[in-house]
Parts: sequence; C-alpha cells; structure tokens
Amino acid sequence: MSGTYLGMPSFPRAAADSTRDMRLRGNLRHATHTIRAKRAQAVEELGDWAELREAGAALKERTLRHLDHYLEQLEAAVTAAGGVVHWAADADDANRIVTELVRETGESEVVKVKSMATQEIGLNEALAKAGISAYETDLAELIVQLGDDLPSHILVPAIHRNRDQIRDIFRKQMGSWGRAAPEGLSDDPAELAEAARLHLREKFLSAKVGISGANFMVAETGTLVVVESEGNGRMCLTLPETLISVVGIEKLVPTWQDLEVFLQTLPRSSTAERMNPYTSTWTGTTDDDGPSAFHLVLLDNGRTDALADTVGRQALRCIRCSACLNVCPVYERAGGHAYGSPYPGPIGAILTPQLRGVQSDLDASLPYASSLCGACYEVCPVAIDIPEVLVHLRERVVEGGTAVVRGQKTKIKPAKGHAAERALMRAARWAFDHPRAMRAGQRLAARGRRFTPRRLPVTAAGKAWSASRDLPRPAPQSFRDWWRHTRRDGGGSDAPRTGKESAE
Amino acid sequence: MNSRDIVLSRIRRALADVPRDGGPEETHVPRDYWQRHAVRNDAQRIDLLAENLSDYRAVVHRCASTELPVVIGRLLRDRGARRVVAPWAVPDGWLPGDVERVADSAGQSPRDLDAVDSVVTGCAVAVAETGTIVLDAGEDQGRRRISLVPDHHICVVHAPSQVVDSVPQALSRLDPARPQTWISGPSATSDIELDRVEGVHGPRRLDVVISSPGAG
Repeated sequence: MSGTYLGMPSFPRAAADSTRDMRLRGNLRHATHTIRAKRAQAVEELGDWAELREAGAALKERTLRHLDHYLEQLEAAVTAAGGVVHWAADADDANRIVTELVRETGESEVVKVKSMATQEIGLNEALAKAGISAYETDLAELIVQLGDDLPSHILVPAIHRNRDQIRDIFRKQMGSWGRAAPEGLSDDPAELAEAARLHLREKFLSAKVGISGANFMVAETGTLVVVESEGNGRMCLTLPETLISVVGIEKLVPTWQDLEVFLQTLPRSSTAERMNPYTSTWTGTTDDDGPSAFHLVLLDNGRTDALADTVGRQALRCIRCSACLNVCPVYERAGGHAYGSPYPGPIGAILTPQLRGVQSDLDASLPYASSLCGACYEVCPVAIDIPEVLVHLRERVVEGGTAVVRGQKTKIKPAKGHAAERALMRAARWAFDHPRAMRAGQRLAARGRRFTPRRLPVTAAGKAWSASRDLPRPAPQSFRDWWRHTRRDGGGSDAPRTGKESAE
Repeated sequence: MNSRDIVLSRIRRALADVPRDGGPEETHVPRDYWQRHAVRNDAQRIDLLAENLSDYRAVVHRCASTELPVVIGRLLRDRGARRVVAPWAVPDGWLPGDVERVADSAGQSPRDLDAVDSVVTGCAVAVAETGTIVLDAGEDQGRRRISLVPDHHICVVHAPSQVVDSVPQALSRLDPARPQTWISGPSATSDIELDRVEGVHGPRRLDVVISSPGAG
C-alpha cells in the first residue's frame, strides 16, 4: 500500500474538502447512525453496564499506573510459555525487528490480521522496502489495500466506501494481487464477501508467516487475545509456522479473570453484538497446534510520552471499540481521513497529538477537531474523559509548556497559528486588571451598537471560523453599568432585579 | 541502553507521581458488576443458549445423548459430506458408516483440511448469555485449525454440565494455558456498509447440537 499520512493537511483544511464530498457524507451518516442505534440496544441488555464501565476504567488505570511491573510480568510469562519478547522504542525500531524476523524465515510474503499498531508504524511500507509483500486479510483492510487508500474508521476501515465502489475496486484490482474477482461480480454484500473469501483462501493456505496485533495481553499468564468477526484472524494466528504480534505496551490487563469485564464491554460497544463471532486466545506456543514460533514485539512509539502526562494518560485506557467515532458529530461530517492518522475521531484527536507531539500543523489542529459536546465520554466503555483531555491539549498548543517528547522533557513553544488567541487572552487579562479601562471600552461598544457589522471583518487566519458565524450584537448596556444603575434605583437592596425588568 | 531498558526507564520516569510502595493495589478496582445477569434453572439456561446461538445464525438442534448419531448423521447427509475430520475422542458411533473419517493429526497441512467437507467436535464450555461455544483444544475438540478450514462445523454441547450463564463464569472454568477459540455464530462481516453478512473465512455453516443426558 502506498497510502501515507505524511504531509497531510491540518484538520480544518482536510475537513473542508471531505465535508463537500456528498457521497462520503452519505456513506458515513448511514453507517454511523446504523451502528449507534444497535449499540444502544446491546448496551441496554446489561443491567450492570455502569459497573462494568467503572471496573474497566479502574483496571486500565491500575495497569497504566504500574505498567513497568505488569510488562515485566508479561515478558516472563510469555517467555516461559515458549514465546520470544522484543521491545521497540519507536516505529523504526519495531519495523526493523519485524523485518529481520521475517527475513530469518526466508519468506517474502506475510498475511496480516487487522492491526492499528502496524498501521501506526507503517509496517507494510517498511516490509515492502525490504522486498516483503504484506497481505491485509480483514475484508475492510483488503478494500483499503486494493484501493490504494487509507483506513478511515477503527472498526470499519472502509466505511467511506459504499458497495458499488467496493465492487469496482475488486473487479479492477484483485487480479493483480492474486485470484481475480469472479466474472459478473455484483454489488451484493454477500457476493463481495464471497469474492474476498476466494481471493484470500489461497494466501491463507500457503502462508508461512502471520503478523497480528492484539486486543489484550494478560500480564499474569502471558496470554494474547484477538477479537474478530470474519475468521481471517484465526487463519493468520493458527495456520502459519511463525507468528509475529506487534502490540502497544498499554494493551495489558492484569489477570485472566479481568477479561470478564472487557469481553463484555468491547463487543457490545464496538460491533453492537453480545459477542463477536470469533475470539482467539493463545499463550506462547502449543506443541503441534498453531505456529511453532511466536514473537511478541512490545511497542512504545510515544505511549510513554502520553503516560507522563497525568491528564492525558487516560487516553491509553482505550480498547479501540470506536463507539466515540460513531456518536461524534464532527467525525460524522468530516470522515476519518481528515484526522491524518490511523486513530480518527475523538479518541484520535487526543491520542495522535500525544503519540506524535503537537509540533506539526496537523497534530496541533487535532485537539480542535471537536465541539466538546461530550457524547464521546458518555459512550466510552472505559470512561475516558475525552473533552477534558482535548481542553488540556488545546492549552498546550496555545500556551506551550513542558511535555515529554520521545522520552525527553521538552519545552513546547506556543503554536504559531494561535497568536491572535493568545493576544486576546492577554488583552482580556489586562482589561480585567484595569476596571476603568474595561468600563470605558464596554460603554464605547454599547454606543457603537448600530455600527457593529454582522460578521467579523477578518481576513487571513480567522476567516474560516468567522465566515459562518454572526457576531453577537453588543448589549445596550454593560452588565457592570446595569449593576451600578440597578443598585442605585433599588435603594441599596442586594437582590438584583430580573433581567426582564431592567432591560429598558 | 537497549530498547527494553529505554522503554522501562521512560515508564518509570513517566510514573513519578504514582506511589510505589503499595504496589498495584494502590489503585482500587470496584467490582460491583454482576457475575450473571439472571438466576436461571438448567432448562432456562439451555433455552437462552439456544436462542442466542440462533440469533447469530448458528443452527441449533436439541436431542438426547442417545440420539446424537442420528442427528449428526442427518446433518452430514444433508450437506452431502463425504470426508469428515474429527478428533480422536469423538466416538466412532457419532459418524455414519458411509463417511470417510479423517483424523486430526500433526502432519496434516491446511490444504489437506481444505479438502475436507465437515468437522465434528465437542466443546469445553458454552455461554448462554452471549450464545458462545468455547473450544480449548481438548481431546474431543482437537487442533484449532480443524474447526476453521472446513466450511461446515458441527459442535456438540453436553447440557447441562457444559452450559454456564455468563462470561465471568466461563472464564473461571477455562485454563488460559490452553489455546482457545470462542465462537458465537458462523463467521461474519459488517465491513460493507455495516450490513452483517454471514460467512467469510471460517465455516459458513455452524450446527450446534445441544445434547441432554438419557434416551429420547
């Protein structure tokens, strides 16, 4: 796949394009509304949802607060069960490790289970450079790969494509990757799924190396868990001789029994099912069953930077259910690509700037890709307070400050584009400190009411924002003046009159 | 410093605010969620399992244990299955005489399995509240791949002993050291316009036979 996130425009620019794409908006609206309603129903079935959510949040919080302890425990358990554990500080590190592991097998093809972590590090591109072809096997990832495209949703990466677009991609591209699409393929979803089954079966049966991520790792037992629907995961996890799993260090849970929380909340919150069709669990290697070699690559790549931020840390609780995407009014209109990362939607808006820092225009714009309506927090099965982190990150973008970047304490300079915002804040601070000047300013505004334009005459920077918003008319009288006035008339009574009475 | 030391030292620096003396217990985990979502007798639990399995398009059959050969034989004949893979602990009597029984063996290749019509297995536990059967590579379940590559899976659940109410109950019965496959209906995808389509890579037909002790 040649799709890349490098050099993508900032969120507002990308969103301006995508919101004009009526087909994309139609696809997204249909998909997000369908899943929203189903999810609400699946959640309602459990009378203890609030308690499960609370336990899930606390379990993840405990894991994160003692991450070093649990990682060492996991490493020991995986090793004892016949697996090999590798540590990767960043994307290059991880790509180098995986490339070497594949080379050692002598193979030049690998099959892949859908994995956000490998998308994040650009593993397919790194393998391609080393002459290794990586085949995506999840149906949506296949659509994305064949269409030379980027995923736009955590759960349904090809959500931006509708059925006839998918049929066209299959007809045009399947042949050059392997078995071609059947003659006369229609846009019926069942027929499209059948075409994918036939196309990929050949790859599964001959694959010697599988690459996966994981939904959970159990520290106590060294067990990995992959939750899926199609069976492509099971194929990649059990048929090859070598299995390489690339997993973010935050994907831990302390004990096997703790899975009882997440195996209830994840499927219901994500696909709105009581349980997803297939869940695979494995611990190291098993004699004569599944791969004889198992490698676990533990990935940092910015996660410890997020961990160092006591407000932002909670983003690492995420179990990638994508419920926050499906309820987000901004995601529904802008689509996943505008977020410029494998992690779109509200969770992406707080995760990406923490993993990558806020130095680029795109990453600095992400904390603003939200109306702070709070719907994402309501549906989050691990209670991540996304609005709280958004506001926190906005402050970092505007004001700068210290943050940990690539493990180093770094002074962040205030972002360039926010000079006006900072100037405004400084002016406000000055005015509040100088009451006489403020009073004079307010009176001037009140007297000049008639001359106030409906819209702000801003050119350059603020134009996008002001073009679609009316300027509120200044009040005929400032609150301070009204207060003084009212107090005098009211003969010293402390109780202010209602606004209606004093309007004239 | 190698990457392991780098990552671990970054973590320790990042967690400077966390008191280290108490260990992980310093973070309280409230466990007020329920161990099951209703109190059910055996019959109610089995009914719920059947209902939820069917809801996700598994085909459910109920019979007395003595009727298993008849039921399994009929299901195989209906599919026109000629070659059937079954782990060694599946009784010979379960399979009709006119099908070729293929053993689950270490030397088998995925391609060999692709030439098999059906697979017959038992299970380790079944979860009523979610409509899930769990295979843990036990002697009547075999290697993970045999219930994956063939297009038709017949799974026998021994009721009431193997049926639990809930996910928490299932986990406490299972040994994480054994490789597991949790199956809830046949393989499916919602990747095209979030429309659920049954049958992608795993068996497209899943028959679950819930067998109760005694004669029919």
